[in-house]
Amino acid sequence: MNAAWIVFLKEVRENLRDRRTVLNTLLTGPLMAPIIFVLLINGMIARELEKAEKPLPVPVIGAEHAPNLVDMLKQNGIVIEAPIAEPERAVREQDADLVLRIPESYAKSWSKGEPAQVELIYDASQRDAQGSIARLQGILDAYAQRSGTLRVLARGLSPSILKPLVVATRDQSTAQSRGSMMFSMLPYFFILGAFIGGMALAIDTTAGERERQSLEPLFANPVKRSKILIGKLGATSVFALTSLLLSIVAFSLAGQFMPTEKLGMSLSIGVHFVSLTLLTMLPLVAMIAALQTLAAAFAKSFREAQTYLSLLMFVPAVPTMLMSIFPFSRQHAVRACLGIARSPRPEFSPSIQK
Amino acid sequence: MIEVQDLHKAFGAVKAVDGVSFTARDGEITGLLGPNGAGKTTTLRMLYTLMQPDRGRVLVDGIDAAADPLSVRQRLGVLPDARGLYKRLSARENIDYFGRLQGLDEATIATRCEALCKALDMGEIMERRSEGFSQGQRVKTAIARALVHDPKNCILDEPTNGLDVMATRAMREFLRHLKSEGRCVLFSSHIMQEVGALCDRIVVIAHGKVVADAAPDELREQAATDNLEDAFVKVIGSAEGLAA
Repeated sequence: MNAAWIVFLKEVRENLRDRRTVLNTLLTGPLMAPIIFVLLINGMIARELEKAEKPLPVPVIGAEHAPNLVDMLKQNGIVIEAPIAEPERAVREQDADLVLRIPESYAKSWSKGEPAQVELIYDASQRDAQGSIARLQGILDAYAQRSGTLRVLARGLSPSILKPLVVATRDQSTAQSRGSMMFSMLPYFFILGAFIGGMALAIDTTAGERERQSLEPLFANPVKRSKILIGKLGATSVFALTSLLLSIVAFSLAGQFMPTEKLGMSLSIGVHFVSLTLLTMLPLVAMIAALQTLAAAFAKSFREAQTYLSLLMFVPAVPTMLMSIFPFSRQHAVRACLGIARSPRPEFSPSIQK
Repeated sequence: MIEVQDLHKAFGAVKAVDGVSFTARDGEITGLLGPNGAGKTTTLRMLYTLMQPDRGRVLVDGIDAAADPLSVRQRLGVLPDARGLYKRLSARENIDYFGRLQGLDEATIATRCEALCKALDMGEIMERRSEGFSQGQRVKTAIARALVHDPKNCILDEPTNGLDVMATRAMREFLRHLKSEGRCVLFSSHIMQEVGALCDRIVVIAHGKVVADAAPDELREQAATDNLEDAFVKVIGSAEGLAA
């Protein structure tokens, strides 16, 4: 029997007996990310939907100056709240999401047919309030447009002169492509799955072996060290791959627990997708296993290796972060891949040089 | 037979081994005696090809360790200073793993396991996982796996280290047993009594150099004393780092 195969079998057998390793590889690693993903997305969707339908309370200052506008707001689900003393400060300190101020001059300007001003006080850095702001703005715009149309009609003109240009939007996105926003997070989760899966073995087969003082007797056997390394790398890769496979399967199941159709998205992961992903990830898994083994082999103890590998986990986050800052199109991706073919992935090279 | 010729090994400025030569013959027990830090472990590590000497040669049954390390390792049974077991494997599985790495087939491994189990009296621990083994049980398992391929030459680095009196006695008995089978037994120790009682030949190492290489009786004659202990102290120059 080949020595590398013997080492491989022994490492797999020994680590399958370690409950912590098995739990991490087969349960925590692959399942944690999809569960967090489902909870996060579900929470996000639920909140957005709830907000769109719920009455929106808005403090209005000077409501008495514009009774018609206020009536219109009420009809559109805005709950008019009592005015507050210092609206700017209230918004800054997040006591209120947004405040509408109608100045005294409103009524005068309106009756003269001049542009009447209302003030919308909000904080654009408050992500949470963005939906509400857009909603109120939409209602105000609709009111302005309707009033404008009525005024033009009253002067005996066609309202169409107010619209010299009509933009018709033709959105070419499909439910699948809208889902790609969510898909863009998947590579990171998959790589993370492989990382967590390989971690325990990468440490156990190197720093662990050194710490329990079994490396020296192992090297006394008439086996080339390269073969021992291949066996160990193989075992680490297989665990990483198993973790990845479970991760992909978990995500394909997770898609069914998300109300993606409510957002007009589709997140279907079929057999084709699973096998294609596995195939593309295969070289990466081998590289992750090699990288982890390399880093752990430098460590003198289990704990030290754990520290190194935890730091290593940030490495796969780099491309995902870059992608969210510089969104990738398909052409970009192809060009980047060709670049990779010429040189090793830039984000991995510093660790290899170490 | 193990022949060591003018071995040198330095770690930075520290000369750990500085010109060590000796020969360990078949059917004899050769003891490597020296205080802690004398260079015994480093010398042995170069013998079983874990380290490469800066200078000098190691021949095992006439094979140069530098030229053909794999064949040399095949002919050696090694109990290193580090004797960690795989805790999640049973004693038998630990031995089996090394047997396979030595290239033995299953039937041979099974026969050897039985023989070693009997010789080392490890009947009840064979199927137990090695986690929680006592020091003695650990050493027995480590020796069994080191000798699974029935090597002609046995190198043991401080085999009685950490063992209690009974286990030490059993270990000495086992070394004699290996000798009676015609093997070349080389072990290191810093315990004078042990070396004196067991060895056919004693190589005394101090500060990385061989300071004496003789049979116990000759050693006594050289130092002109009846007491082996005094003889050791005399050739080494001090009793520091030795144990009675």
